[in-house]
Amino acid sequence: MPIVLIDANNFYVSCERVFRPDLEGKPVVVLSNNDGCVVARSAEVKALGIAMGVPWFQIKKLAQKEGIIALSSNYTLYADMSQRMMTILSDFSPIQEVYSIDECFLDLQGFAPEQCRQIGQTARQRIRQWLGLPVGVGIAPTKTLAKLANHLAKKQPKYAGVCVWEEIPEQKQAKILQQLPVTEVWGIGRQWGKRLQDIGILTVWDLQNADPRPMRQRFSILMERMIRELRGESCIAMEEVAPPKQEIQSSRSFGRPVKTIEELGEAISLYIVRATSKLRRQNSVAAALRVYIRTNPFQNHLPQYQAARTVVLSQASQDTRIFLHAGKLALTQMYREGFAYAKAGVHLLEISSAQSVQADLFGDMEAKKRANQLMATLDQINARFGRNVLQPGVAGLQETRSWEMKRGNKSPAYTTQWKELARVKVE
Amino acid sequence: MHNPTNVFPSGTNRELTATAPQALRGSFRRTFFPLMISRIAAGFPSPADDYVEKQIDLNTHLIQHKEATFILRVSGWSMRDVGIFDGDEIIVDRAITPSDGKIVVAAINGELTVKRLRRVGESVHLLAENPDFPVIVLKEGEELCIWGVVTRVLHSV
Repeated sequence: MPIVLIDANNFYVSCERVFRPDLEGKPVVVLSNNDGCVVARSAEVKALGIAMGVPWFQIKKLAQKEGIIALSSNYTLYADMSQRMMTILSDFSPIQEVYSIDECFLDLQGFAPEQCRQIGQTARQRIRQWLGLPVGVGIAPTKTLAKLANHLAKKQPKYAGVCVWEEIPEQKQAKILQQLPVTEVWGIGRQWGKRLQDIGILTVWDLQNADPRPMRQRFSILMERMIRELRGESCIAMEEVAPPKQEIQSSRSFGRPVKTIEELGEAISLYIVRATSKLRRQNSVAAALRVYIRTNPFQNHLPQYQAARTVVLSQASQDTRIFLHAGKLALTQMYREGFAYAKAGVHLLEISSAQSVQADLFGDMEAKKRANQLMATLDQINARFGRNVLQPGVAGLQETRSWEMKRGNKSPAYTTQWKELARVKVE
Repeated sequence: MHNPTNVFPSGTNRELTATAPQALRGSFRRTFFPLMISRIAAGFPSPADDYVEKQIDLNTHLIQHKEATFILRVSGWSMRDVGIFDGDEIIVDRAITPSDGKIVVAAINGELTVKRLRRVGESVHLLAENPDFPVIVLKEGEELCIWGVVTRVLHSV
């Protein structure tokens, strides 16, 4: 059962370039929320040795010297382009697993390697033409090998963007695996990488030839599965429907230091509004709320403080008002005066399906029903008239929210807002 | 007499013959079913029920390939004579292969512009549709990047 993994090259940067052809061939980075860290790099930037995730202020000088163009992240655009890409790719197989914003697996059961190559090439060409996005395609008998093949398709020009693992002669395969560090294997992070190194497993080849049973005892069943997958035995199934998230969070850095409890409260309330609307969208309830605040650890000449509180609810809920109340409680407990706060966030914990909620012995069923109706109405109004049109007053008014994050150089929402359509000069 | 083409013995349900294989997903994802507008009543049904059709949907009328279609806003007058005016919105379908005579969005010197694509012998010309603007003739070795094919203009009157 050949598995295809398709993912976009430098997805965020590529999305920006679709509407800004002048950025083609130039070094471009996309920065995280609040213009904090580098979250996407063009090939030109990678060639300069700039790592993923570095704080922008650390490379600002180098960027100026090299003429790097830095853009604020435009998630509205990326999400729309992602959705288009996934829909186009869903035409190539009835079994698709969308793995992240810019990659998906397709199951090509029953196709020979040669046919798979053709399908892979067509898919790649179509995404290029229809959306203007460059993608890499890896095809192999298992998901883990498809990931590796995809890596080769991107790194080695001779594959022209499509690498079919089974078309590589066995001797050559061995040679490739001997050169790849074990951390290139899907699911092996830095921690496991270190532990594997300690027992002499350095390359993917070493791991493939390790005995799966003792490795399972030493690490976990996941390790055994990885080894088997590397040997061509499919152990990780396709997941077509994303399981509901077990933890929902909403957090942002502030655009400027925030000092008062009023402003912090406004921010935390807004994050709760966002998180609980996500919660309802996946039809779940949460039984606990964790709130945290902290100062900026990079400014260590200023007094530092960070704190977090978890509030457990008497009953799992999806009612924004209950969480707002809990959030206020948490904040009053941990707030200290005299600090310049840089970030706050909320996590919804103990998430479960709304259908399986146990009735509260002391609960008022009628009030609960009314609460559900109120929340449903709120969601409907916001779905119809735009995000955050209607929300609890404690979250503050958009106009006066001066603490909101900076996105100094964000491109327009080209594909989702009439007011922000891309412009063509017709001169 | 024995009929060799009939694999089913007489009397079995002919409806069960296999149909042609069909893509599981494709361009048929959205289907509209007309609704009957009148309530079921004991009296006469509405004489209009037989004439109910689906409502006009501008999306299906204007957009052929949903995923490959983008809307851009025009600024400038060089395509005036084909009815593309300053401030208009154009619908651009990237799934259509650009060919001679089509109006296209092209990236020239890093900027998006609209022109009519013309093949003249071996060379490619990009024509404005307004005599005040020059023809762009692509020289050999110059790379032309066609962004998409313009299919419609949205112009408010």
